[in-house]
Amino acid sequence: MSIMTDAALQAAPTTKARGYWSTVARRITRDKVSMACAFILVLIFASALLAPWLHLADPYQGSMIRRLRHIGAPGYPLGTDELGRDMLARLIYGGRLSLIVGILPVILAFVIGTSLGLVAGYVGGKLNTAIMRTVDVFYAFPSVLLAIAISGALGAGIVNSIVSLTIVFVPQITRVAESVTTGVRNMDFVEAARASGAGPFTIMRVHMLGNVLGPIFVYATGLISVSMILAAGLSFLGLGTKPPEPEWGLMLNTLRTAIYVNPWVAALPGAMIFAVSICFNLLSDGMRSAMDIRN
Amino acid sequence: MFAYTARRIVYVIPIVLSVALVCFLLVHITPGDPLVAVLPADASQELAAQLRTAYGFDRPLPVQFGLWLWRALHGDLGSSIATGRPVLSEVMRAVGNTVMLAVAAAMIGFTLGLLFGLIAGYFRDTWVDKVATSVAIAGVSLPHYWLGMVLVIIFSVQLNWLPAVGAGPGGSGAWAWDWEHLRYLVLPAITTSVIPMGIVTRTVRALTGDILSQDFVEALRAKGLRETEVFRHVVKNAAPTALAVMGLQLGYMLGGSILIETVFSWPGSGLLLNSAIFQRDLPLLQGTILVLALFFVLLNLLVDIAQAAIDPRIKRS
Repeated sequence: MSIMTDAALQAAPTTKARGYWSTVARRITRDKVSMACAFILVLIFASALLAPWLHLADPYQGSMIRRLRHIGAPGYPLGTDELGRDMLARLIYGGRLSLIVGILPVILAFVIGTSLGLVAGYVGGKLNTAIMRTVDVFYAFPSVLLAIAISGALGAGIVNSIVSLTIVFVPQITRVAESVTTGVRNMDFVEAARASGAGPFTIMRVHMLGNVLGPIFVYATGLISVSMILAAGLSFLGLGTKPPEPEWGLMLNTLRTAIYVNPWVAALPGAMIFAVSICFNLLSDGMRSAMDIRN
Repeated sequence: MFAYTARRIVYVIPIVLSVALVCFLLVHITPGDPLVAVLPADASQELAAQLRTAYGFDRPLPVQFGLWLWRALHGDLGSSIATGRPVLSEVMRAVGNTVMLAVAAAMIGFTLGLLFGLIAGYFRDTWVDKVATSVAIAGVSLPHYWLGMVLVIIFSVQLNWLPAVGAGPGGSGAWAWDWEHLRYLVLPAITTSVIPMGIVTRTVRALTGDILSQDFVEALRAKGLRETEVFRHVVKNAAPTALAVMGLQLGYMLGGSILIETVFSWPGSGLLLNSAIFQRDLPLLQGTILVLALFFVLLNLLVDIAQAAIDPRIKRS
């Protein structure tokens, strides 16, 4: 017995086991689809962030004589919109608001939902019932309806869109977090931590958070795709940002009148929403299979 | 089965009450005076106070909720501020069109989703699987209102095959089951069907894969069963979950139709909701959301019961 242990100890440094997260990272960097999506997303994010330094046309400057130029018109690589503003500039600048309104609600819901789910799952009992039954109420609404109901009641605006989308996603993340936490709570190492005198806060933060964060994170990444579509959808209905601000959903709305004149320019903002949405979806799928080490 | 059904129905009551509470509170999170839509800009203080009493806005909130709920239980959701007509009849008339759209979309989306999902699950990691999976992921990632626009560009603007907006020739509200009217249903139904198609494909693919890797399938094959018989077992095992997902999707199509109905000016509950929001017609907004949410709760209940009926294991847990 002791000989075997000694042998194992000696062998250990040479066959150094890779940690869980470095294995996951290695697996995901080898996945071509995930890497391509990450590259496209980095490109879109970077151009939105660096827009003022890219020597683009003024996204607010219109002109009545240059309205609805076609894609590839000289000086306007992606044409102009219904007020003669440069589409390329507006699409790149539009990423700023669209990405913020699409992603911020998921980040907020991730923080709030994880905390609620962790507490509900760890403490259990009456607190669990209270939190989870409240969550059930929000599940009684289709998410699009809930987002539009809250946004419609609060009125148009970016902050209101972010608030309503956060309210839509918190219950979903709470449910995932609660079920993962309940699974981890009864494991031996949590019991051991409790036996050695760790308080509930320490156990949640040190011993449980790291074990539940992975699955919740993957779920939240998948939600970004839905959130992008819904956020732009709210603007498309006129419940998000106001003109002349460039934002993909709003651009799609104002360009609807142009589909008989210059249809493909009118469709461009939607293509941006689609690109971001599908990249996040594929990335989430890639992460899920990278974290599923058994296969 | 009866006991299970009864228990499920009892569980639904608190949900229905909380849904009603959320819908009621919606009006009270609105900034400003809920009377702003009816009140003329130069209205006197007395007129405002009179209207406030007439609508009951001067009472304490719990009392207002009680009264509102009591009337709602009797089918009275108040009347629309914009048109003065009863909210319930306005909503019910519009819901019919939404149901028609959702059912048409479900027929397309579920058929394709089941087909793609089964094929992809059976031929995992082949090129067929890759194509089906790509179609599915594109389906769930598409901003459907944009797809609607693109379809209009292709089939209405460029090819001029199908009408772009409305639910009948000449903008008439009356529906008829002929090709002239059905033409109007094609594009909205295809647009609506894309998300459920993607989700059903993904679910059924995962289910089929899981079931095929279980030991009992091995046993069935070892027993010498023909592949069509094995397939029958796979379908039976996948049915409860697939049914639950499809029920949920149908609910999403009914409740989340506002974007597509706006793109196609389809005269359903979504378009009604849209006009309620922008005319600040709060009773109509409240009523439409309540009716749609209750439809969704009811549908979930039916799915739960149907699921238990075809899968006896659910009743026992």
